[in-house]
Amino acid sequence: MSGQPFRLTSGGLIDRGRTLDFSFDGKSYQGHAGDTLASALLANGVRLVGRSFKYHRPRGVLSAGPEEPNALVELRTGARREPNTRATVVELFDGLEAASQNRWPSLAFDLLSLNGLVSPALVAGFYYKTFMWPAAFWEKLYEPLIRRAAGLGRAAGAEDPDHYEKAFAFCDVLVIGGGPAGLAAALAAGRSGARVILCDEDFRLGGRLLAEKREIDGKPASEWLAATLAELASLPDVRIMPRTTIFGLYDHGIYGAVERVSDHLPEPAPHQPRQRGWRIYAKRAILAAGALERPIVFSGNDAPGVMLAGAARTYVNRYGALPGRETVLFTAGDDGWATARDIASAGGQVAAIVDSRPEADAGRKALADKLGARLFAGGAVEGTSGGRQLDGVTIREASGATASVACDLLAVSNGWNPTLHLTSHQNDKPVWDDGLHCFVPGSLPAGLSVAGSAAGRFTLAQALEDGARLGREAAADAGLTPAGAGPVPATDPETNGLQPVWRVKGAKGKAFVDYQNDVTDKDVELAAREGFRPVEHLKRYTTLGMATDQGKTSNLAGLAVVAEQTGRTIPQTGTTTFRPPYTPVAIGALAGHHRGKDFRLTRLAPTHDWSREQGAVFVESGQWLRAQYYPKPGENDWLTTVNREVLAVRSGVGICDVSTLGKIDIQGTDAAEFLERVYINGWKALPVGKARYGLMLREDGFVMDDGTTSRLGESHFLMTTTTANAGKVMQHLEFCHQVLWPELDVRLVSVSEQWAQASIAGPKARETLRGVVDSAHDISNEAFPYLAVREITVGGGIPARLFRISFSGELAYELAVPADYGDAMMRALMRAGAPFGITPYGTEALGVMRVEKGHVAGNELSGQTTARDLGLGKVMSSKKDYIGRLMAGRPALIEKDRPSFVGFKPVDPAQRLRAGAHFIGIGKATVMENDEGYMTSVAYSPHLKHWMGLGLIKGGAARIGERVRAYDPVRNGDIVVEICSPVFVDPEGARLHG
Amino acid sequence: MRYSAFSLLAQAFRGHKGWTPAWREPEPKADYDVVIIGGGGHGLATAHYLASRHDITNVAVLEKGYLGSGNVGRNTTIIRSNYLLPGNTPFYELSMKLWEGLEQDLNYNAMVSQRGVINLYHSDGQRDAFARRGNAMRLAGVDSELLGREQVRAMLPFLDYDNARFPIQGGLLQRRGGTARHDAVAWGYARAADSRGVDLIQNCEVTGITIVNGRAVGVETSRGPIRAKKIAMAVAGNSSRVAAMAGLRLPIESHVLQAFVSEGLKPLIDTVVTFGAGHFYISQSDKGGLVFGGDIDGYNSYAQRGNLPVIEDVMEAGMGLWPGLGRVRMLRHWGGIMDMSMDGSPIIDFTPVEGLYLNSGWCYGGFKATPASGFCFAHLIATGAPHPVASAYRLDRFATGHLIDEKGAGAQPNLH
Amino acid sequence: MRITCPHCGARDAQEFTYLGAADPQRPDGMAATEAAMVDYVYLRDNPAGPHRELWYHGAGCHAWLVVTRDTRTHAIASVEPAKARKAGAAA
Repeated sequence: MSGQPFRLTSGGLIDRGRTLDFSFDGKSYQGHAGDTLASALLANGVRLVGRSFKYHRPRGVLSAGPEEPNALVELRTGARREPNTRATVVELFDGLEAASQNRWPSLAFDLLSLNGLVSPALVAGFYYKTFMWPAAFWEKLYEPLIRRAAGLGRAAGAEDPDHYEKAFAFCDVLVIGGGPAGLAAALAAGRSGARVILCDEDFRLGGRLLAEKREIDGKPASEWLAATLAELASLPDVRIMPRTTIFGLYDHGIYGAVERVSDHLPEPAPHQPRQRGWRIYAKRAILAAGALERPIVFSGNDAPGVMLAGAARTYVNRYGALPGRETVLFTAGDDGWATARDIASAGGQVAAIVDSRPEADAGRKALADKLGARLFAGGAVEGTSGGRQLDGVTIREASGATASVACDLLAVSNGWNPTLHLTSHQNDKPVWDDGLHCFVPGSLPAGLSVAGSAAGRFTLAQALEDGARLGREAAADAGLTPAGAGPVPATDPETNGLQPVWRVKGAKGKAFVDYQNDVTDKDVELAAREGFRPVEHLKRYTTLGMATDQGKTSNLAGLAVVAEQTGRTIPQTGTTTFRPPYTPVAIGALAGHHRGKDFRLTRLAPTHDWSREQGAVFVESGQWLRAQYYPKPGENDWLTTVNREVLAVRSGVGICDVSTLGKIDIQGTDAAEFLERVYINGWKALPVGKARYGLMLREDGFVMDDGTTSRLGESHFLMTTTTANAGKVMQHLEFCHQVLWPELDVRLVSVSEQWAQASIAGPKARETLRGVVDSAHDISNEAFPYLAVREITVGGGIPARLFRISFSGELAYELAVPADYGDAMMRALMRAGAPFGITPYGTEALGVMRVEKGHVAGNELSGQTTARDLGLGKVMSSKKDYIGRLMAGRPALIEKDRPSFVGFKPVDPAQRLRAGAHFIGIGKATVMENDEGYMTSVAYSPHLKHWMGLGLIKGGAARIGERVRAYDPVRNGDIVVEICSPVFVDPEGARLHG
Repeated sequence: MRYSAFSLLAQAFRGHKGWTPAWREPEPKADYDVVIIGGGGHGLATAHYLASRHDITNVAVLEKGYLGSGNVGRNTTIIRSNYLLPGNTPFYELSMKLWEGLEQDLNYNAMVSQRGVINLYHSDGQRDAFARRGNAMRLAGVDSELLGREQVRAMLPFLDYDNARFPIQGGLLQRRGGTARHDAVAWGYARAADSRGVDLIQNCEVTGITIVNGRAVGVETSRGPIRAKKIAMAVAGNSSRVAAMAGLRLPIESHVLQAFVSEGLKPLIDTVVTFGAGHFYISQSDKGGLVFGGDIDGYNSYAQRGNLPVIEDVMEAGMGLWPGLGRVRMLRHWGGIMDMSMDGSPIIDFTPVEGLYLNSGWCYGGFKATPASGFCFAHLIATGAPHPVASAYRLDRFATGHLIDEKGAGAQPNLH
Repeated sequence: MRITCPHCGARDAQEFTYLGAADPQRPDGMAATEAAMVDYVYLRDNPAGPHRELWYHGAGCHAWLVVTRDTRTHAIASVEPAKARKAGAAA
């Protein structure tokens, strides 16, 4: 262990039998299993760990926990690099690599520390007051410079190679924190039979018991801890989750947690995530998160070697590492004395004890004597010396004289703040406790209680008592019979007298309130002087509390400085509240597996495999993957393929999957009445066995969706919707039925996924179908005319539905079979159509043919168009009420010059059209006032051999034959087009009825 | 006192002891020409433009909390004018022009950064919709460029191009878009208005609007009654509550929108990016934090906080767009209360109550609108006529049907 | 948030879709006026406090529910099927 000069030879909870190699800034070190990176660095005598944000001041380890503002490192390398990682919570593993950040060229010699020289000008808010002249320089010079200086660590940038998961858990009682209060609570609740989850952010349960030399029931606390953990492990409904941080409290007892499954390993084990994001649903929760110690603001309080006293004790007692050889203790209360005692008993020297309270009692005097420490009662540390490593402090004695004491560790103790963060996540505010000199939880979120130090009940006895009591209460609240209250274990005596010192004034040099953001007491004063006195102004103006530690060590001191300056008390000045998360959470953990191809689910049509075998290129259509086109060997661009598919349909027969259309089964004696109310057109007269085009509006009068709806029986309809709106329409119909007209006898169910459906289109469609439809069914033109619908059988008794409807304008059918037969249907149709050269076609060809026929689709159903805009005004019934009727009649919706639906063709047939082009009158200026509408859809017609477009233009059909510019400056397009009928092919519809 | 590099240096030599408060803390007077309810960005900007452009300085801004405590300090700081509809585009373009001159106008550096805003598209349909919008912007005199996939890749090489569920096909870029330091916008307007004599009154909650014979003549506040010739509401998030004091019901719901910031990082991304296949937008602040957000939570709320489903949805979109974000840590999230209007567009108008003016309905686009909103609201109040670029923002458009529905989502606020 | 669906039990709010205020009643029929419809479609009380609102259990039973929820705290006081409410109102 010669390589770890500050490692104690015995004691602590590290495993000296397991040595772990690690590196910091490229230099190799050794630590032990059970170390954190911080404890291992300290054991190796590494004090300078980081640089501050603004002045690049040298910084060391301040704390031993999640509140650490200074010791931030880049952990790991390459794509696994994690910036701003608190060395105090990194569990050491073999091969760990860490590097300091925000320094250049090196940590010891950082050129940007020159910022410190100009620091008199870099006060809070300085940038708001300058860089304004000359105006052009801000954009070109100043701002880029500021941005380059931004941030502390470097993110990996590359794709995160690890994966993450999400998990959900439900419990009666959630216990947050595995210290004495939390363990006692979990035990009491667990003994009552409650389903308990106990989470602790640490990798080892025990909380402060791991860091203190305490006794419970006359024995070392470690024995109570071991017995308690053993009993908890024996309770089947108690789940212990170490390395798990409850980061947020959300509505109705939902807790966000992140479990660091693999962060203590070089790499996650196979098939294990790096981290797991949890939602924990708890009937009751007990916050037993302990407390965070507070620093003191004095000149040079940021030097490496200045450490919170409780943290110093943690390093000695838990990690067997001496944070300094020569210690000065600066304390405002009793608690700091334990640090002096523990350091001395571990073999460290205590040079001086500075207790800011004027009188030291006999016991303390005796202890100081015993430790050989000079005692400065009523004194204060007012400065430090040593740049990259503390080498001494200046003490102002009670008499006013000053003394210098050499030391390499200054332990600072100023009382503790309850870790009450979660209590304010629902907007409840903490309240100030004059006796305890800290904020304690005020009103609490529903279902949450607070135990031990987190409630300001700082003694071990209180922690154990609170835990046992609240654990039973929580179990009772969750509906269980609480186990009998046993005696609360006895603890050794302790005192916690405190007279906090917020700031030591007087000395020159910077005194930091917020370490990481380099906010000094002078900055806070300046902000108050300039009127930024509300605490939120103070934070925003100075950036106090906005660093990665979120003010855990700084917020209260900031309030105290303002209070002092304005002559008010701390509670008059403001309150410290906390937003989630309690500590920063990796974005990956909250995203889980939702990334890459798994970002959103992928829906596949029942005919997908068949399409893939046919060589389909697929396209995202909402969540669906649909066959876009089916290229054949030798077809080098999509247009060649699509042209072939279109011509094949128009000359022979093609098939296309349309399974993704929404299908809603509507039954009941009022089904027709229901459709009357949701569609703009009439339905009562539709005969059984017939289909009809339907258009529905939103209540605000704009078009919602369209589709074909068929009457399968007197009281039975089948509605189809567009693919995109299937869910929305279903929800809308349920609304209409359940909320508006529950008195109607109608039932709805979505059957979109129950049926596979194919379109069979082209002059040979009927002949093809004859090969699959069972011969009992007559599908001749006479027996099964346009818009006929029938329930039939195919392939020898398989139930099916046949619809004679057409989107392409050809003789066409849609055939639906139960989804499981979808694949077989496509193959059977291919066989049946083979003699006619049947051709699979995709959404592109479908789109071309619908433009050729002038049908509206998604681009026209933009939510901004009315039925009249789309040329469907005549479909609107005037004889009945329906959704959207009244609002569709508002003046602006019936204005004459609303852009309405027509077709467009290029005057020069060689020119390509583009959707999104705007229409401008020829010779008119290209300004907004001359904008007449825009092109909604375009396609190349292999039939007409030129591009054609659909669009909305003022005046609409009345302007057929007129020419306008299709102006598309974002694609450098500006061509002349002729307004024409939107029906480009077979305007008489002869093919349809063939 | 005037802010400049010189004054900063001069103060540095004096230990910064000579700085004076950025604004006074006056007691409310009994009577004002104009009382503005709401000391957020829009209210403060309105006060500034009333004083600086219309010479109306007997003005009080009443703020129930601290100045800038509403959405001006709770947003993702994006500024842009990439709108589609003629009712919107010229208004937001005026705003952009005011942003471009803001530092000089206010003598306050709000750190306006025109780093570009790019909206990604992922399908042919989205591309054509962005082309439509980009073309509309050009027609309105706004810069816009439609980029292809490789152009986007050159700008933003770290996004997922090769394994994405919804592959990036390109983007619509507005180079003049960008960000501004949100708090500084409020403070800059506040200081400028104060310097012209406007009274900024904090901790002054309006509890009632006094109406005599159909005319608003004053307000009841937590600091006593205040009379005014004109009363202007700029309380987005709480518009319905304040309007109710005058007996009005508005076409607005209050919804929570969450925003997020990461730990400070060395520069990674130097433009504003919005994802077209999920609700997600992101930029990096001058301090290094990634600032990002997504969709509203979707239910009525005044609680200024949201819930996990949307938080997770935002993170998923972030990872879907940029898989290098996995190890970046989210540092803080918070919620602001949005005035979600029924067509997704704002209202700057008279009300049926004489002397009472309404500025509301900003949805989650209020920050970028701050300068033009103040400018046009001041114009309306001072001249009695709507400013030409804000003339579509009428309260009666819901009755007449002259809606300004950019998304085509209809009368459902949480879909805009 | 969690919503206790009368049919399915307590479920995460993510299973539900929000629509808005539950109290406005559609002016049905040919006699309804445009003004009444504008009020129904566009105007809202938007209270800070208890709010009766419509949620759709799309990932569950497909019921439309009337949830009474405080918009300041998100605390839910009651959940009932919208269908029952209408029947009750008529009675």
